[in-house]
Amino acid sequence: MSTVSTTETGRIHRRFAALKAEGRAGLVTFITAGDPDHDTCLDLLKGLPGAGADLIELGMPFTDPMADGPAIQASTLRALATGARMTRTLELVRAFREGDADTPIILMGYYNPIYAYGVDRFLADAKAAGVDGLIVVDLPPEEDGELCLPARAAGVNFIRLATPTTDKARLPAVLANTSGFIYYVSIAGITGAGSATSDAIAAAVAHLRTGTDLPVAVGFGITTPEGAADVARVADAAVVGSAIVRRLEANLDAEGKAKPGLVPDVLGFVAELAAGVREARK
Amino acid sequence: MSLNTYRAGPDEHGHFGIFGGRYVAETLMPLILDLEKAYTAAKDDPAFKAEMSYYLSQYVGRPSKLYFAERLTKELGGAKIYLKREELNHTGAHKINNCVGQILLAKRMGKTRIIAETGAGQHGVATATVCALFGLPCTIYMGEVDIARQQPNVFRMKLLGAEVKPVTSGSRTLKDAMNEALRDWVTNVGDTFYIIGTAAGPHPYPALVRDFQSIIGEETREQMLAAEGRLPDTLVACIGGGSNALGLFHPFLDDPSVAMVAVEAAGHGIATGAHAASLTGGRPGVLHGNRTYLLQDEDGQIVEGHSISAGLDYPGIGPEHSWLHDVGRVTYVSATDQEALEAFKFLSRTEGILPALEPSHAIADVIRRAPTLPKDHLMVVNLSGRGDKDIFTVARELGVSL
Repeated sequence: MSTVSTTETGRIHRRFAALKAEGRAGLVTFITAGDPDHDTCLDLLKGLPGAGADLIELGMPFTDPMADGPAIQASTLRALATGARMTRTLELVRAFREGDADTPIILMGYYNPIYAYGVDRFLADAKAAGVDGLIVVDLPPEEDGELCLPARAAGVNFIRLATPTTDKARLPAVLANTSGFIYYVSIAGITGAGSATSDAIAAAVAHLRTGTDLPVAVGFGITTPEGAADVARVADAAVVGSAIVRRLEANLDAEGKAKPGLVPDVLGFVAELAAGVREARK
Repeated sequence: MSLNTYRAGPDEHGHFGIFGGRYVAETLMPLILDLEKAYTAAKDDPAFKAEMSYYLSQYVGRPSKLYFAERLTKELGGAKIYLKREELNHTGAHKINNCVGQILLAKRMGKTRIIAETGAGQHGVATATVCALFGLPCTIYMGEVDIARQQPNVFRMKLLGAEVKPVTSGSRTLKDAMNEALRDWVTNVGDTFYIIGTAAGPHPYPALVRDFQSIIGEETREQMLAAEGRLPDTLVACIGGGSNALGLFHPFLDDPSVAMVAVEAAGHGIATGAHAASLTGGRPGVLHGNRTYLLQDEDGQIVEGHSISAGLDYPGIGPEHSWLHDVGRVTYVSATDQEALEAFKFLSRTEGILPALEPSHAIADVIRRAPTLPKDHLMVVNLSGRGDKDIFTVARELGVSL
């Protein structure tokens, strides 16, 4: 018997149910809203499901991304430099939803831009735009009153991070109030740094499953189709962020502007990752 | 709400009113809870207290003097001004008080590696010093911009055996150094203790740093009673993150006759936007583990602070100050770069003391305030650091090449 019940109905729940029916894990891709500019980002976003992304994490730019490594730091600063802001991030989601009613979108980032926007207004606008879930790095269970509980009440999933430092005693607190899925951060560290061994990931996923029926996605340190496949064999989804962002960065000119061919190149990389995930359990 | 005391905070969740809290990544949360547990135990342990007071007296040189600044008083022609001589501490600033406390805590917790952030370099030097004293390896994060304007302190840290890592991200100043220290901590969770330099960050840091700095106010209280037979009337201190101000103020918060003035850095002037006055020119937000007043734009993006003083150049402030500001117990004002420079020169010439540019902001307020007060008004200024580290900056501002 699970300690966390899952009476879920949203896009995230439906997507993981569909993946389960297909007998495969999902690919979760991360890009930063507005990187390298609003229009290029929208083209990328629209292309992700076709390239094989099953769920999309869209980063909310913030000047001080304390848990991110150099790739995503640079990405968020590029986005801010070309005029990214919360209203523009929500515009991207709205525009994406016009052409895709099914692929879940999860906004990921830090609390201050949400707090500055106003929690209630943010939840209403995000929901209306078609946002399905939130990952807010600097809101641990101890601060659930800020956004987690209001989000649940508004029908937006609040997806918690579990980490290698989340021990048995702490796990119930981390799982309580979580919905959509659990994101297991496979290393103690920042995004884009090292990677964990397959054995360590398998053990951690098994540990999480003792406490919840929710799907478990694993991220941090996955950079190749093979790495994604390794994770896909033991978890419900593999999350790739920094590697995609670095691929995007490789398609920028000296001034940080998108070179022709950026979108197909990045989407091509996503397709390789997706193939790795889809082949994993065959 | 009626308050019986201003000294009870924070609550069990680390809140001072709406401020404070624990806004950190899940990876760090267990570490912060461990720290809280260790600190709660240490605080009441006579052995820990005895060790603290041994090092504060024999190594730091405490108590620091409360010195009657006779010429300064005469020149300004008003309040009777005392200087709390924190600049006479070993390493030349108040920062060492906190570092001694935190490294003893790190030792108790069995941590074997120390990290810290620094702006002006005073906290970096103090951290490198206690690491040398206890033989622990130490990495100091410092923004590239600050490294350029605080060369003497960078060299001192290296002499003390610390590794100084330049921070090239963001605005390359104190806030980015703090980001980078947090990134290090989240990566090295097993062996590393993060010595935060000011009364900010996630709970329990704001309370812990305040407690370690409160010796400033506790001594001042005794020294003033001995010198004048009564409590001071006004306390003045500069404020960046706010640890020296809180250290002086906290033991007096429940004495209604004692007025308190904290002086933020107004940089080129609040109206220009180029300043570091979070309370005067900011609004509440969440950064570096706590809710507090922050310099930010309407989108919640953090705005870079500016001050001639690298130690005040931070877009936030300790959460307890945000609360003391909102409840009105402490008066928060500001002084510009220019006023601080004038104060630097003025104190040097009237008292033969070169103040750091940080407390020069406090002196600037004293220069404005003291003449308006009667001669029996007792004023204490926290001289939180000495100015030797700033002579290159001051020379440049004055157009002198060294």
